[in-house]
Amino acid sequence: MSPELINLIIQATGESLFMVSVAALLATVFGLPIGIFLATSRKGELFAAPAVNGVLGVIVNAARSTPFIILVVAIIPFTRLIAGTSIGSGAAIVPLTIAATPFIARLVEAAIREVDGGLIETASSFGASPLQIVFKVLIPEALPGLVLALTLAVVSLLGYSAMVGAVGGGGLGDLGIRYGYQRFMPDMMLAVVVVLIALVQSVQTVGDYLARRVNRRLRHR
Amino acid sequence: MNVHQSLATVRPVEALPPVALTPAASDAMVRFEAVSKVYPAYRDKPSVQALRGIDFAIPRGSITGVIGRSGAGKSSLVRLINGLEKPSAGRVVVDGRAISVLAGRELRLAQRSIGMIFQHFNLLSSRTAADNIALPLEIAGWSKADIAVRVAELLDLVGIADKYDRYPSELSGGQKQRIGIARALATRPNVLLSDEATSALDPQTTRAILDLLANINRELGVTIVLITHEMSVVRQLARDVVVIDDGHIVERGNVADIFTHPQHPVTQAFLSEVVGDSVPVSLASRLVAQPIIGGQAVIRLQVQGIDAGDTIVARLARELSIDVALLSARIDEVGGQHVGSLTLGIPGGETAATRAVSYLSLHKFSVERLGYVA
Repeated sequence: MSPELINLIIQATGESLFMVSVAALLATVFGLPIGIFLATSRKGELFAAPAVNGVLGVIVNAARSTPFIILVVAIIPFTRLIAGTSIGSGAAIVPLTIAATPFIARLVEAAIREVDGGLIETASSFGASPLQIVFKVLIPEALPGLVLALTLAVVSLLGYSAMVGAVGGGGLGDLGIRYGYQRFMPDMMLAVVVVLIALVQSVQTVGDYLARRVNRRLRHR
Repeated sequence: MNVHQSLATVRPVEALPPVALTPAASDAMVRFEAVSKVYPAYRDKPSVQALRGIDFAIPRGSITGVIGRSGAGKSSLVRLINGLEKPSAGRVVVDGRAISVLAGRELRLAQRSIGMIFQHFNLLSSRTAADNIALPLEIAGWSKADIAVRVAELLDLVGIADKYDRYPSELSGGQKQRIGIARALATRPNVLLSDEATSALDPQTTRAILDLLANINRELGVTIVLITHEMSVVRQLARDVVVIDDGHIVERGNVADIFTHPQHPVTQAFLSEVVGDSVPVSLASRLVAQPIIGGQAVIRLQVQGIDAGDTIVARLARELSIDVALLSARIDEVGGQHVGSLTLGIPGGETAATRAVSYLSLHKFSVERLGYVA
């Protein structure tokens, strides 16, 4: 493979990592509180607000059921408003964040719901406020699940990021389509797939390792 | 054949002492005033009346057992004391404050003077023993230095100082409950609520934990309220007992009194697990309702408050000039008193049996005629 092509791969990898990491960060910032709220706002729960919970649930489901490629195109005006342009890796972060936020929210909700309800009662029994319960009980106890949830979200984002090439977002997926598929360069296609596999593997390995590190439920002495 | 029904039961002449579990308002650490609790219908579940007309007081510094079957309402009762639940009617007063009307920050402050321990310990798996104990102190806003000092004291108090850096997954049930107790006592509460705290532990560990609770009550003067479905727990630790069934208090009083003279069928059922109340099977199968020539009359006497050295059986034998047979016996220590029953065989026909019963009744024993054996 020529040095130019290798450069293209390196550049595309950089774009993918940039899009995915920024989108993952933003989606976590938005998705974590939404997920915690979803997990604690049903009737009788810590922040009981069943109506808000219901509406939020519908919005999250709607966002999750929209195919990503349609979401990308549909929100172009919004993307332009936020990023100033609808083209390029920077602009692609907007749809990626919007797609990943409800995904992360649902994963966070599931992880938080795994925490034994008895612990919430226990903390309430010694006078913890709802926010103290979230920060001192729910998040630390759900941490292994949260780490795995974020790992899963990053892996999914890598997949989504391949599609933003459709709107000039760049990245590995875009490279694979334009060079590998449209220009009949199977070696390019193969190289892109190998890089993606390596990225997913590394993300998953690091995520698994971190989740194990923070899991005190396992005996580790 | 039911021998019991066909025979007269002779009760002591004297009336039972009146139940004293309604101390003056100032002595009460916890007071229930006409408390009812209804859980409203939700989805397909009908509404549930968990408690009705609960009116009683728990004396300061006492250990009170609350016993009932599952679903009797005892969990609701204990959660009303620390404000985790609100009564549907009535008031709950703890240490002179109506906790049932408090909310928000005021409630949270009040909750710091009420500790609670749980059946499944409810420790945070993400925190070490020491950090679990520190949690209520962090929540109460203590400084790091103060927390370190207090946690060290508490680890010593519950006897697990060497486990301070262990995670709950590395500890046994008994050790976990010791952490639970230390955590509950961290903010120096006046009241300690125990919700089936020993139900997940083996008998030996249960005993050790109950001993620890007794020490805490004695040394720190903490009022303890024990929720349990095991009479053996009440027997070992409590002085007063409240029996609840179907949301009502069906019986309450001094543990020794309740153990010897249970009135309500639920209490009697609980007691049969622990007191040697039942006649041994080998004896019961030989019991007949009619006197047998050359046989023995079988009587059972309830004993309460006697010393281990009591000579009642010897005195009875001397009085009647007969060889009294000891057929079965069980005496336990309950609420600091000896409580149990003796089953005796009285030879010498109907006259001797009648004399034995009146002699024992005269000496204030509760006697029951069970029948006859050859």
